[in-house]
Amino acid sequence: MKRLLMLLPLAIFLVVAVFLYRGLFLDPSELPSALIGKPLPAFSLPSVEDEQRLVTDADLKGKPALVNVWATWCVACKVEHPVLNRLAEQGVVIYGVNYKDDNASARKWLREFHDPYQLNIRDERGTLGLDLGVYGAPETFLIDKQGIIRHKFVGVIDERVWREQLAALYQELVDE
Amino acid sequence: MKRLIRGALFGLFLATTVHAAIDTYEFKDEAERERYRTLTEELRCPKCQNQNIADSNAPIAMDLRQEIFRMLDEGRSNEQIVDYLVARYGDFVRYKPPVNAKTFLLWYGPAGLLALGFGVLAVILVRRRRVENAPTSNTLSEAERERLAKLLDKKDS
Repeated sequence: MKRLLMLLPLAIFLVVAVFLYRGLFLDPSELPSALIGKPLPAFSLPSVEDEQRLVTDADLKGKPALVNVWATWCVACKVEHPVLNRLAEQGVVIYGVNYKDDNASARKWLREFHDPYQLNIRDERGTLGLDLGVYGAPETFLIDKQGIIRHKFVGVIDERVWREQLAALYQELVDE
Repeated sequence: MKRLIRGALFGLFLATTVHAAIDTYEFKDEAERERYRTLTEELRCPKCQNQNIADSNAPIAMDLRQEIFRMLDEGRSNEQIVDYLVARYGDFVRYKPPVNAKTFLLWYGPAGLLALGFGVLAVILVRRRRVENAPTSNTLSEAERERLAKLLDKKDS
């Protein structure tokens, strides 16, 4: 009993050390989304290309897809854009949410850097962004064919992120 | 020197008041302004995570302040406003997280540790006192007396 008690501080130290060690590799800026497992919030907003065309949440249903929140003021989005282009070429369905952006610059961006989006929602006032819990750009949601949000990724999707984290999840949704 | 210290302290107090980000909102009355203040101070900015919504200059914090103001104006209650934000950003936005299975340790862990510490301390103290107060009999047993005598004898010779 006495010997066991003597080992107690060591045991406590080990437990704390394991937790702290794990903490070294956690990214505190990554918030778990409160919307996982919930349907996309209802919205009705014009598209980026055509002001007359209203896009609603129903338009995003039917196929599993990426919903990418982007803006021309977002530097990281420029880094992400070629990756999205490539994914679109591979047949991945990507919808865009043009978040609090100037519409003219957004159109110019899409002309110049190629448009990977099947639909692009013009969220000039950030209302949809707010309903999605967006706190920066780029952010990307993975939705299934019923329009349920299944995963959220904050930050730039690069080849590695896609390969290691998102590709498998997307494939799973396609196979469902 | 004293005056210098006093001045420095006074300066520190000033520093806390000039910290908040500046917006101009027209409130209906003083109570609503007060509610706005407590809400923005109790809610955390999702972008710059060590600041509350009141202090942060991040665009998202500005949006959220605006949103809170709008909801106050609509006459929503504090809980409704907090719930609205939690539904979108998760419990993370609250500086005062709710007590549930996930946050139980956070809320009661420190108090539990403190109680545990006091418990250990009490056990140690009680034990020590028991040893100190133990009626140490001055009389030696028969066997002990013999042993003592032997030892003393040895020394003498």
